Amino acid sequence: MDFTLKKEHEMARQLFKDFAQNEVKPLAQETDETEIFPRVTVDKLAKYGMLGIPVPREYGGQGCDILTYVLCVEELAKVCGTTSVIVSAHTSLCIDPILTYGTEEQKQKYIPKLATGEWLGAFGLTEPGAGTDAQGQQTKAVLDENTHEWVINGSKCFITNGKEADVYVLIAVTGLIEKRGRTQKEISAFIVEKGTPGFTFGTKEKKMGIRGSSTYELIFQDCRIPEENLLGKKGKGFAIAMHSLDGGRIGIAAQALGLAEGALDNTIAYVKERKQFGRAIAQFQNTQFQLADMATKVEAAKMLVYRAAMKKAQFQIDGKTSYSVEAAMAKLYAAEVAMEVTTKAVQLHGGYGYTREYDVERMMRDAKITEIYEGTSEVQRMVISGSILA
Amino acid sequence: MKIVVCLKQVPDTKGGVQFNPDGTLNRAAMLAIMNPDDKAGLEAALRIKDECGAEVTVITMGLPKATDVLMEALAMGADKAILITDRVLGGADTWATSSTVAAGIKKLDYDLIITGRQAIDGDTAQVGPQISEHLDIPVISYAQDIKIDGDYVIVQRQFDDRYHVLKAKMPCLVTALGELAQPRYMTPGGIFDAVNADITVWSRADLTDLDDANIGLAGSPTKIAKASDKVRKGAGEKVTLDPKESVDYIMGKLNEKHII
Repeated sequence: MDFTLKKEHEMARQLFKDFAQNEVKPLAQETDETEIFPRVTVDKLAKYGMLGIPVPREYGGQGCDILTYVLCVEELAKVCGTTSVIVSAHTSLCIDPILTYGTEEQKQKYIPKLATGEWLGAFGLTEPGAGTDAQGQQTKAVLDENTHEWVINGSKCFITNGKEADVYVLIAVTGLIEKRGRTQKEISAFIVEKGTPGFTFGTKEKKMGIRGSSTYELIFQDCRIPEENLLGKKGKGFAIAMHSLDGGRIGIAAQALGLAEGALDNTIAYVKERKQFGRAIAQFQNTQFQLADMATKVEAAKMLVYRAAMKKAQFQIDGKTSYSVEAAMAKLYAAEVAMEVTTKAVQLHGGYGYTREYDVERMMRDAKITEIYEGTSEVQRMVISGSILA
Repeated sequence: MKIVVCLKQVPDTKGGVQFNPDGTLNRAAMLAIMNPDDKAGLEAALRIKDECGAEVTVITMGLPKATDVLMEALAMGADKAILITDRVLGGADTWATSSTVAAGIKKLDYDLIITGRQAIDGDTAQVGPQISEHLDIPVISYAQDIKIDGDYVIVQRQFDDRYHVLKAKMPCLVTALGELAQPRYMTPGGIFDAVNADITVWSRADLTDLDDANIGLAGSPTKIAKASDKVRKGAGEKVTLDPKESVDYIMGKLNEKHII
């Protein structure tokens, strides 16, 4: 077992660190304040191939592994939670399912433009009454046999990259099936392009954190897409959604890890500068012990996140290795560490940490969502316990 | 078109500077980066490659860990990389360095050679022009812009409050200012290619057109008498005065010290 990064990963980390510090950090506070999607940053991410890191070269990607992608999300999250989730949702929830389940024609049509960042991707699963509970889906897709088009009606909510994306992987009900003597909804996945008649946007969510991320409601009213835009086999939408979320959770785990690391880094610098009772607060044992706990938990989270990434990399080689539990553990732990570490970071900053002058205030707000989206911590516990008790 | 870019791995000033007992830099003990002026020169070469098509070869002399800057250059878009490394080449001053690097470049085909103006460790600005002398080709230093026009290179050379525009027939050597071009980032895919790339390594024995009298510490005319860190000059003087009194006080001090 080797816990050291390979040369390529060390170099990639340095690249992402430099990019994050130079290009992303200067805009992070403004992005949070204005709640404006950081298009300039996204264009730069595209220019340097960071929107197609784990995508094979033949589809216009960088041909790197999942760990490299994780390092990117982690380094971005150290300085800006918004930017990191843009990359994560685009890569894990849109590119990955098309790469895994798409036909060759679909891959050729969509992946090169997504991998080079010409197009941005999003994923539509959640509805007011459905998310992880896929059977609660209300959005329907009906095949018009005459025109060979799917007709979609319904709405999706809380969609990351919502209004900014160009391509959406969409989950919808395509019928009813009998399973184990019970009638269940048949769930399928589709690819929908922005600009398709009948596809519009609803309200923009006003969020606690990741405020520059474009989170919108998607509305489908007799939206017609070509029959060939069915992604994977009809009826396999739930499996596709769960597979996408397994990968997505590694991305969110990396985001949580980065937020925790960013808050820890800021706090280490602050406690060396801040003086109380005639000495730096870093000299107080309480500060030292708090930092020791924060650093230890960050390191433990890192091991889980990287391990999940390595497991997914193995899946990409053999097509059968499961990484579901590892991804759930990584997300569960990293998200809770992010919340704990950012909260302690604010506490160690005292009153200043509660102001928007200091980045830890934003990081604490950004961290909360990592315990919620792409499966709440409770859902991760269901996945993990299910595997233990199976 | 073939471009050779000379790179130097230099200490990252953020990591502190350490010396050997003989006064030379202890490079092995320091964090290292690609010299900023060299990186701007590399960017200029890569832009020429993007616009006109060119093969960009990067070359450096240094410890084996100087491979890091070559890999970085490859990950930015350079095509080939050469490391000149040998214990007998250690401790070289500008003369020994330029003699050695020029001997390496003589083994290559080139139209244009780009070096940084100067390195942030030595700050001599001598190696680039010296290489051109060894190769007997023209040099244009302090370039703030480089353009290619057929067989010619057109350079804006920074000069006090203006710049000169010079046109030279290639082969030619140009030394680049840091502000010549904002270097691009590496790409993730470029990194993966770079770590798997074959980097040519030359030792002293591979450099046939090189006199032993001109290499390493022994072949360096420059002798370092003493090296030391900056010494603090002591605390400045603090006075509390209103604005008008402040001006008078400062003017008095400047007059007193014959600064004005």
